[in-house]
Parts: sequence; C-alpha cells; structure tokens
Amino acid sequence: MELRSKEILNGMLLFSLVVAVIFGFIFEPGSEELKTAGPGILWILLVFSGNIGLARSFNREYENAMMQGLLLCPIDRSVIFPAKWIGNMIFISFELLILIPLLVILFDLPLGEHRLSLAAVLLLGVAGYSAVGTLFSTIAAHCRAREVMLPLLLFPVTVPILLAGVKASALMMTDAGLKEAVSWVKILAAVDVIFITASFLLYEHIVEE
Amino acid sequence: MQYKSATTHQSRPEFGIVEASNLCKSFGAARALCDVSFRIDPGEFVAVLGANGAGKTTLIRLLAGLARPSSGEIFIKGLSVRRHPSETRRAVGVMSHHIYLYDDLTAEENLRFYARMFEAPQARAETLLKEVGLWEHRRKRIRTFSRGMAQRVSLARALLHDPEILLLDEPFTGLDVYAREKFKSMLDKFLDEKRTVILTLHDIDYALEKAQRVLILRHGRLVCDRPVDRLFRTEIMETLLPSEPSLK
Repeated sequence: MELRSKEILNGMLLFSLVVAVIFGFIFEPGSEELKTAGPGILWILLVFSGNIGLARSFNREYENAMMQGLLLCPIDRSVIFPAKWIGNMIFISFELLILIPLLVILFDLPLGEHRLSLAAVLLLGVAGYSAVGTLFSTIAAHCRAREVMLPLLLFPVTVPILLAGVKASALMMTDAGLKEAVSWVKILAAVDVIFITASFLLYEHIVEE
Repeated sequence: MQYKSATTHQSRPEFGIVEASNLCKSFGAARALCDVSFRIDPGEFVAVLGANGAGKTTLIRLLAGLARPSSGEIFIKGLSVRRHPSETRRAVGVMSHHIYLYDDLTAEENLRFYARMFEAPQARAETLLKEVGLWEHRRKRIRTFSRGMAQRVSLARALLHDPEILLLDEPFTGLDVYAREKFKSMLDKFLDEKRTVILTLHDIDYALEKAQRVLILRHGRLVCDRPVDRLFRTEIMETLLPSEPSLK
C-alpha cells in the first residue's frame, strides 16, 4: 500500500530534506561546528521525520475502522504490534539510508571511522524509538488531534533513547574511541529492551478498547 | 462448507449458538449495558431495536469480541468469547456501518487479504464478488467506490469465511435503494441456509416482517425479548419512546 501511495515516505523525506537544507545554510560544509553538531543533526532528523512517519502509520487502519477489521480476524492480536513496529522501523531506516549519504555529499558531514558501529547505534535508536512510537501512535490515533498528541506522548518518554543515542554517536563520529561509547550503547540497548518488551505487552490491551 | 470452524455447539447442547449471561459494559461512569442476558438458537433471525444510545452497537461489539464486557460472559457455540477468541471469531461474520476495508486496496485485494486471515480459500473472494455484483469492479480501489458498493464488498468480507452467525449493526445506513434491496436479497439467501442473524436497526417494519424474535434495549437494559408473532408495532413504539416525560 505504501508503495502505491508513498504517503509516509514522501512526508518523511520532504521534511528531512528541508531540515537538512536549513542546517546546510547554518553550518559551513566540513567546518568544526558541523563536526560538533553532526550527531545532533542526525538524531533530530531521525526523531522528527520519524514522528511524521509514525503519526501516519495508523491512518490506513483508522480509515473505515480497519483496525477493528483486523481485530475481528481469528489471529493472535499480539502479532499486530511486531508487524507495525517492523514496518515503522523499515520506513525510518530507509529514510536514514537515503539521507545520511546525502548529508555527507552535500555538507561533508563527518561520520568518523567507526561507521558500522555508528550504523548499529542508529539502528538501536530506530528500534527503540519506533517501538514506543508504534504504541503511542495507536493511542494517539483515537484522538482528534492525533498529530499533536503523538509528539506530546512520545518525546518525553524517548528521552533516554535520544540521550544515549546522541552521546554514543557523538563519541563515534569524533573518533573519541569506541571504548567510551560502549557504556552509552549499553544504556541504549537496555532502554530498547525495556521499551520493546513493555510496548509488546501493553499493545493488545490498547487496541482492544 | 465451514472453514476452520470452532467446535460445533451440538457438542454442548446446554448452550444456544449465542448466549449472553448478565452482560454489563461501562465506559467510566457511564453504563452502556446492564445485566443483559439472552439465548439465541441456531437459525434464528433476531432483531435488536432501541433508541440511539440504547446499547445496540455496544452489544454487537461485545458479541463480536471487539470489546470486553465489564462483567458477565458471552458464549458462541458453547465457547466463551474471552477464553476462546480465535475459535469464536471464526464462527462470526460482522458487518456494521464501518466497512472494515483498506481504501487503497482494490475490492479483490481486500477480500483476498481477509481470506488469508481467516484461512478461507482464495476462490471464495471471486465467488462472493460475483454474488454481490461487483466482479466487474474487482480491480478498482475501495476509495473510488460509492457507499453502497463499498457496503456490498463489506458484506462479501463478512461472509468470506462462511460464518454460522452474522452480526449486523445498522447495515442499511447510507445505502441507496438498489444497494438496500441487493443487501436484503443476500440476507434472505443467508437466512434460507438456516444461519443465525443478529441485526440491529431502526426499521421496525423490516424487523417485524423478517425477524423471528425481537430484543429491545432501553438505557442499556433488555426490556423486551419476545417472538415477533406476539408483538405489535404500537407496543414496540411505546417501548422505544424515551422515558423523559417531556418527550413522551
């Protein structure tokens, strides 16, 4: 369905490009300021464009009460969460996959030497963020002002993910050494496990009423 | 033919095909249903009447397993809806004023999706699209359909797994004359096969003409449960009238 309408991806990419261009005007390509701000820019793009994707991810299920249609099916209701979570992870990761090379080419964004480790940190961030995001976008979908409600619910809760993610990324991108980043990665992984488990366990109760 | 049916109710003769026992449902302080009990036997056509807000939709949602009762229990074919959700959902087809279809998928894709979910043969989607008269439109997206056409696809969706029980919540809402007649004829066919139908509606004449039994809800309470041949239109009207003296 997304391949047909591209409703989610187009919204996320367009927003990210606008933000990237604005940062491009602020920072000189390859400058020291950009090196310092780089990790923050990456996570800002992940969080805000991810929020756009998450807010729209349940539109299709709430048009024509399709979510109730799914609940009428003789399937275990707990499978809806992993399906939507993985879908959201794919959308956000795909967007980062396009955006990061673009930022490197256009603004000479320094990624440092530990690129694979950085990718792993971003993936951990995407996993935790989209898990909580999937849960909250289901709750927000019931509200009239769902686009406003989602960030209000999501951002405060995901602070631990953002904090650990930005710190770990910054250490990796400035080549400060992997050892120092490991403790932040551990925190990120632990927060992910808690958030994913909690979202999985709570989901069935939330979709039911 | 049934696909992956729940255990037949014949194995539990003490239960009706649908049975509600002391059903209550509250939303915060508001009580939508209160102490509702009834038993419906196989092949019965039961009309549920009531004013707006009487609890008709809540009752259908509870029977369909879309919401949990605050207290009380529901049995479908002798099985508890709470303890055997998958088995009871297989026995029930649900249709309401919501169509439960993806707008961006075609009619055929929607039905094939549900066929996979219910483990029904894919060919059933084709058969039903022909039956509802939409075979020529099978490759059009639901978004492009009129209300009547979408509702016909929704009926096909509800019948896809060949359910023994059909729960219909005001299915005629927003239908034009043609769609309404088409729908009624399909419903007649379903009833000819001695299936069970529970229908909520506001059309008293249709209820008196077709249903075998009428349940009347008032402020969430079951105030009348009688066969149609022992019920008069005026009696129904009196029961349905709001209780506030100023409105009487």
